[in-house]
Amino acid sequence: MAKQDSKIPEGPVADKWNNHKGKINLVSPANKRLIDVIVVGTGLAGASASATLAELGYNVKTFCFQDSPRRAHSIAAQGGINAAKNYQGDGDSTYRLFYDTIKGGDYRSREANVHRLAEVSTNIIDQCVAQGVPFARDYGGLLDNRSFGGVLVSRTFYAKGQTGQQLLLGAYSAMNRQIGRGKIKMYNRHEMMDVVVVDGKARGIITRNLVNGKIERHGAHAVVIASGGYGNVFFLSTNAMGSNVSASWKIHKKGAHFANPCFTQIHPTCIPVSGDHQSKLTLMSESLRNDGRIWVPKKLEDVKAIREGKLKPTELAEEDRDYYLERRYPAFGNLVPRDVASRAAKERCDAGFGVNKTGEAVYLDFAAAIMRYGKEQAHVKGLDENDAVLVKKLGQTVVRSKYGNLFQMYEKIVDQDPYETPMMIYPAVHYTMGGVWVDYNLMTTIQGCYAIGEANFSDHGANRLGASALMQGLADGYFVLPYTIGDYLADDIRTGPIDTQLPEFEKAEAAVKAQIEGFISNKGKNSVDYYHRKLGKIMWNKCGMSRNAKELKEAIKEIQELREDFYKNVNVPGKADEFNEQLAKAGRVADFLELGELFAKDALERTESCGGHFREESQTPEGEALRDDENFTFVSAWEYKGVPAKAKLHKEELNYEEIEVKTRSYK
Amino acid sequence: MNLTLKVWRQANSQAKGKMETYKMEEVSPDMSFLEMMDVLNEQLMTQGIEPVAFDHDCREGICGMCSMFINGEAHGPDRLVTTCQLHMRKFKDGDTITIEPFRAEAFPVIKDLTVDRSAFDRVQQAGGFVSVNTSGNTQDANAIPIDKHDADKAFDAATCIGCGACVATCKNASAMLFVSAKVSQYALLPQGKVEATDRVLSMVKQMDEEGFGNCTNTGACEVECPKGISLENIARMNREYLSASLKG
Repeated sequence: MAKQDSKIPEGPVADKWNNHKGKINLVSPANKRLIDVIVVGTGLAGASASATLAELGYNVKTFCFQDSPRRAHSIAAQGGINAAKNYQGDGDSTYRLFYDTIKGGDYRSREANVHRLAEVSTNIIDQCVAQGVPFARDYGGLLDNRSFGGVLVSRTFYAKGQTGQQLLLGAYSAMNRQIGRGKIKMYNRHEMMDVVVVDGKARGIITRNLVNGKIERHGAHAVVIASGGYGNVFFLSTNAMGSNVSASWKIHKKGAHFANPCFTQIHPTCIPVSGDHQSKLTLMSESLRNDGRIWVPKKLEDVKAIREGKLKPTELAEEDRDYYLERRYPAFGNLVPRDVASRAAKERCDAGFGVNKTGEAVYLDFAAAIMRYGKEQAHVKGLDENDAVLVKKLGQTVVRSKYGNLFQMYEKIVDQDPYETPMMIYPAVHYTMGGVWVDYNLMTTIQGCYAIGEANFSDHGANRLGASALMQGLADGYFVLPYTIGDYLADDIRTGPIDTQLPEFEKAEAAVKAQIEGFISNKGKNSVDYYHRKLGKIMWNKCGMSRNAKELKEAIKEIQELREDFYKNVNVPGKADEFNEQLAKAGRVADFLELGELFAKDALERTESCGGHFREESQTPEGEALRDDENFTFVSAWEYKGVPAKAKLHKEELNYEEIEVKTRSYK
Repeated sequence: MNLTLKVWRQANSQAKGKMETYKMEEVSPDMSFLEMMDVLNEQLMTQGIEPVAFDHDCREGICGMCSMFINGEAHGPDRLVTTCQLHMRKFKDGDTITIEPFRAEAFPVIKDLTVDRSAFDRVQQAGGFVSVNTSGNTQDANAIPIDKHDADKAFDAATCIGCGACVATCKNASAMLFVSAKVSQYALLPQGKVEATDRVLSMVKQMDEEGFGNCTNTGACEVECPKGISLENIARMNREYLSASLKG
């Protein structure tokens, strides 16, 4: 089994990044003008990288499949962004953020990367404020913070429930400035169809113009993949409808190793599935767990009465409620990490305590918080603290100012008023910690091909903490990649423009056209969504919140059969040279059908439980996840060998020099 | 529910479009409007008819991509929602629903219900930013305290999702609400004040060049805005523009 060279710099973990920055090669400003960089994706990572690379002087070409770079799905992130500012004076520090992230990731992430992330986290907040991002402030005019799961400090900066939107629009505005200057050439409604590798180096991409179907060649000295995660392999997830794995999967097939595909985050607080028509799931921010208490009834007869509509949750007495997170994890309570909260919800629902008609929902209740805030307000305003109606009203106003948009979203979808009755929530696929394998410089195993943001695997181990995705996306794009890419490009200053007439471009383009032609002429009987839904069901039932060897083996076989059927019987209407959403979707689902199999294979190989990956065979007597550090303290990096079944495993051993590896406990 | 849909079909930007009528049966009131469209498309494909092209992505009301003009209203009959958050329970069994694209000279139709809103991007590129390099070497984020009311107002303006409902709704196809929201966000924050003069002049110039109409203060945009962006922003932009013009 080959070793992965992660290129971690020498020295103590706290000095690595600074030392590394001091030693790597730079490209002079005059030479940067001679170098082209392609960025695929315009979420936080892609937009911030595009803006910074353009500012530095590189010629940037940026691609997104949406009608505008501002639509990328980072925009939907709700709760916040972490930074070790310690503005609250509650004991936060770079080290603590580093430690929390490693522990939260269940000791399956790379120390050096995570420490770097914690170091640059503070710059992000400074940068965003300078760009005019309107973070929440307190009455003194200073920045406000809230708490997120898995930590004991308040380090999360936020803009109501729209933090992702505000940060993305900040990065988008930085991009716009460079588009206006002509340093970024923006390609909206373009899909990356393949990467072009020349002499072992990434030298360009093939794209499809989604408006007119034109296949185009784009050359560059480096290619940056910032196309997000692959949660949509489950069909139902909190991802956007267009979110896909294709850019990552295409580079995987051309030589980039794919790491830890089975590490998927199932988010505990999403709106439950309502029926077969459902096309996506909606997240209710983790920030709600600051104030919401999670519970199910203690008695099964109450569950039955609630399901039949004979009993309202608000009518159930305190002593008949089971606040199971507070019961099981007194130290962290409702703010345990996501993987722990999700499994606990599943455990209660599997035991029959689910509170909606499908039996797959638990309550997230704000009544206590509303009364607590209301009392505080009444006190501040010198009003009667014992007037329950008044207190409730005042409390609702506070809750509205904190989470107003989330409550509105819930009400529109579920048609219930969460100010008056507890929300119903259930876990749903949200984020993928796994992704393209990258070294310390964020380069994949293809020279000159980088992966940043959710698309790579590097910082979150087996479970991501809340409010850390935004942090990682912007850290990679603003502050890490712009340095490390120079080290590689310093050798390219004499290369000159990349010739897109090279046979490698020719060949890649021909393959893309052949695949499209195949879909259009197939004239099968089933729609693309038919296959996507089927794949999603297999993934959710057999590779979801809890996994075992038998079902994973079944999943692999079923996905293989489904893939075969897909190529035989898929129906893609319309033509290749026009706006054709079904055609675009067919290409994406084809890649999901391969990734899904590798996902199951990875889950099967990793016989331990860790973070979001729970193997039923590996648990403590109390049902907690049981890691196997002796045999699995490594990153699984898979090399493509023609079909997922033949993928070759490479191991990157994880060495913990700074942090002692322990059993993760939130009790 | 059983529904009759009248949907705008147009093969491409050059083709002539027309309304087509489709019947739908057993629509669940719990479906979102776009999920109903998904079902329609599955149905059309089994009949050998090309599915209806429409823009959509996040389906949770924040990306701003979905853009349907339903029964004469941008994003349909419900208030403060985008089309993806509109649910079928807002309609009745037997209803006829008319579905058109967002129409404006500056938003040409690409196909069916899909339009090109890149004019919005170009207006932003003209000045919708603070000219600060992204090196991270700025001053500490807490160095300048900002009045909470200003910060909150700036935030409210910044929640615009750039969907274009304001333009589609306006009888003049004016983009004043969209542009003023961006101008306001920066005008209210100290970080944005440095370039305020140039910003408002160049963004308004670009807005005019894109072919958006003038504002005649009907206020329809505010009513249909899925994010409740306030008309106050237009007043603020007018003020900013006037004072910038006098300076210029």
